[in-house]
Amino acid sequence: MFPVAKETALWLAPLFGIAFGWLLERGRVLDYNVIVNQLRLRDFTVLKVMLTAVVVGGIGVFVLVQMGEARWHLRDANMGGVVLGGLLFGVGMAIYGYCPGTGFAAAATGRTHALVGVLGMIAGAIAYAYAFEGLRGSVLAWWNAGPVTLADVTGLPASLLYAALAALALGLFALIERAEGRGKAV
Amino acid sequence: MSDLALHHALPVAPARAETAAGRWNPYLIGAGIGVLSWLVFVIVAAPIGITTAGAQIAGGVAALAVGQEAVSANAYWARNPMRLDYGTLFLIGTAVGAFVSALLRGGLRVEHVPSVWQERFGPSVALRYAGAFIGGAIIMFASRLANGCTSGNGISQSLQLAVVGWVFFATMFASGVATAWLMFRGR
Repeated sequence: MFPVAKETALWLAPLFGIAFGWLLERGRVLDYNVIVNQLRLRDFTVLKVMLTAVVVGGIGVFVLVQMGEARWHLRDANMGGVVLGGLLFGVGMAIYGYCPGTGFAAAATGRTHALVGVLGMIAGAIAYAYAFEGLRGSVLAWWNAGPVTLADVTGLPASLLYAALAALALGLFALIERAEGRGKAV
Repeated sequence: MSDLALHHALPVAPARAETAAGRWNPYLIGAGIGVLSWLVFVIVAAPIGITTAGAQIAGGVAALAVGQEAVSANAYWARNPMRLDYGTLFLIGTAVGAFVSALLRGGLRVEHVPSVWQERFGPSVALRYAGAFIGGAIIMFASRLANGCTSGNGISQSLQLAVVGWVFFATMFASGVATAWLMFRGR
């Protein structure tokens, strides 16, 4: 039964997209101020959303894979690309105030500056397509570690890593909530 | 205690309360995205992602300017051609979902310059647009280099414990915090 046929998936794609966009909007992460204040370490909404998604999503997907209901979709850890890309991404995100998904969704809510950023994204993608040939022979050829996970790298069982991740996230959330509680009391 | 002091001791209900209407707890939102990940992994076997589709759409835009032949000859677009596939339809859905959510809670409004930007860089629309365009170009170039963005790498790969996801998460966050510090220094 699952996964569904490709044609059926095409019909479901907008529905899953709508759910994602809805969650982003209700979660306040389409607000420039919320994202930039996360990078200024003054508002932890973005970290709460992302880390909860990773922990809840990760444990569920792990169980579903163990049950044979889902499979992994791992991408290569191409170290040159991901380290340079991640560093560059942070710079762009601080200036724009959005990541691609939130910027695109924010443009649909009346934020004209987010829409201008979407035009910038198209320009960036075109620039990348033209730079691709050169990057493929350099940065992208430096060190591709393959589709490895933290379990492969550490030799620890995935179940233990998920438990540790959940514990770390809960601890971090407790610290953040306590700090925010103190902030409000002032 | 004087009336004035009492007044000050009361919790103020400023403009914040208005913007908070219809908003959900961030942990609930995160859990919702997590559950959405379960669904897409099982039902369509396609993790949440944004920028692969974005790059395909850019190929479609470029075709308008330089012609389809030039685009097809490009090594990147040859691998990621423009088509209405699962990813592009998901991306369109994301915009629709955000629009409908904002509409239903009365949150649709035109914003040219967000307040935190304005406090630091002033009310110039042109300056904010320039920042948005340049920043947007950088994040798209960067997410193609990293083969994914906050959604595709930061969430969908990290939740599988993939090294690429966690390295992206850490480098992006560190450099984002450093850049924001430089931009808002002393504020």
